[in-house]
Amino acid sequence: MRIHRWLIFFALVGIAVYWVVTRPTRVDAAAIAGLEEDVARGETVFYAAGCASCHADETAQGEAKLQLGGGQHFPSDFGTFTAPNISPSTEHGIGSWTREQFVTAVTQGVSPEGQHYYPAFPYTTYTRMELADAVALYGFMKTLPAVETPSQPHQVSFPFDIRRNLGGWKFLFMSDDWVLDGDLTPEQERGRYLVEAMGHCAECHTPRNALGGMQMASWMGGAPNPAGRGSFPNITPGKLTWSEGDIAAYLESGFTPEFDSAGGHMALVVENTAQLAPEDRAAIAAYLKAIPPVDG
Amino acid sequence: MKARFTFGLAAVLSISGLVGAVVADSHVDPAIAGAIKARQAQMTLYAFNLGTLGAMARGNAPYDAEAATAAATNLQALTGLNASALWPAGSDSESVDGTRALPALWQNFPDVIEKAQATKAAADAMVTAAGTDLAALQGAMGALGGACGDCHKAYRLPDE
Repeated sequence: MRIHRWLIFFALVGIAVYWVVTRPTRVDAAAIAGLEEDVARGETVFYAAGCASCHADETAQGEAKLQLGGGQHFPSDFGTFTAPNISPSTEHGIGSWTREQFVTAVTQGVSPEGQHYYPAFPYTTYTRMELADAVALYGFMKTLPAVETPSQPHQVSFPFDIRRNLGGWKFLFMSDDWVLDGDLTPEQERGRYLVEAMGHCAECHTPRNALGGMQMASWMGGAPNPAGRGSFPNITPGKLTWSEGDIAAYLESGFTPEFDSAGGHMALVVENTAQLAPEDRAAIAAYLKAIPPVDG
Repeated sequence: MKARFTFGLAAVLSISGLVGAVVADSHVDPAIAGAIKARQAQMTLYAFNLGTLGAMARGNAPYDAEAATAAATNLQALTGLNASALWPAGSDSESVDGTRALPALWQNFPDVIEKAQATKAAADAMVTAAGTDLAALQGAMGALGGACGDCHKAYRLPDE
């Protein structure tokens, strides 16, 4: 009888802890109320954060890269995720979202309905973004063409299809602390912001544990391709011996120092980094030279 | 007529590609291995000549109209090669080791040919630009890089 009572007690405590830990968070509306929807600033955020790489059609060129109808598939150990429509369509996209809903989605990984997003959407990176940049991005996204294509569902099986559990995943693996700490030059700080808060390089270049959390001790140390064969290279100084100039030139032209060219998803990344200011590409290069080397 | 031939060729290649994938084992057919080696050699020649132009475009080497024209003319010749024998069915990354060419390449032949033609057009433009001046060379570099990237984006594995 007494044991039963304790079991019930612990079960209730467990449920309470689960409820608190997995609760979807929201951005503070007051914190973003006074911020300006600066479209030009938002355009830089758009390219630095690489939205089109996943949400535009993979084969899109030129203006078509601004049609964010979604549809690209991302196979993984947990199922296949499909990028949704994030164009300003009010029916199929995010055209009816408020500023608060948008900033919450991008920086907290929580939908307007209060559901956790799967971390295939790199909000674990965007959570480090300045709110002013998220608001500026909101302003820019509204200028893009509406695409009237319905979003397709993700193909994810039990237990990964229980969205509430993602709150536990976030509790374990989501942090808005900087990965590269210590004294940095202003250029390295800018590079850190571009990489750790926007460019989400680590999503592919850092290996993951069994639960899909990043192995922070091997930050940017290279990882297998979750979609199948092949791998993403180690881009720490332990392996990447290119000069800062080489890295910046690669991010502009797609050409390696040996004049091989970027392929796969990296070619899409370069289409974005080519749009950044030269100083920003140089800052990313400076950051990559400053991160701890991982043996490769 | 040409379209039908291309389609037929693509169909035959993709069917035999499937057969190749089924029978693939650790032993690589010497003919397949030779074709992979040859096409990688062609890519190396692309890279070498692009390197001459790229060094000038990036200011790492002085602009030299004659050397630039020679490199661009080589690129033009490389894009003009009949490369069909370099891409036999069963030489994709799922069937054999030592290549990053995705099976999708064999499943989308019309698109591959279109991308090859775009590369040729970019190389043609570079021949003119390389002999003009540094600014023209730099301007033509982007299109050439884009053409390389378009094919690698769609049809090459990320890394080994």
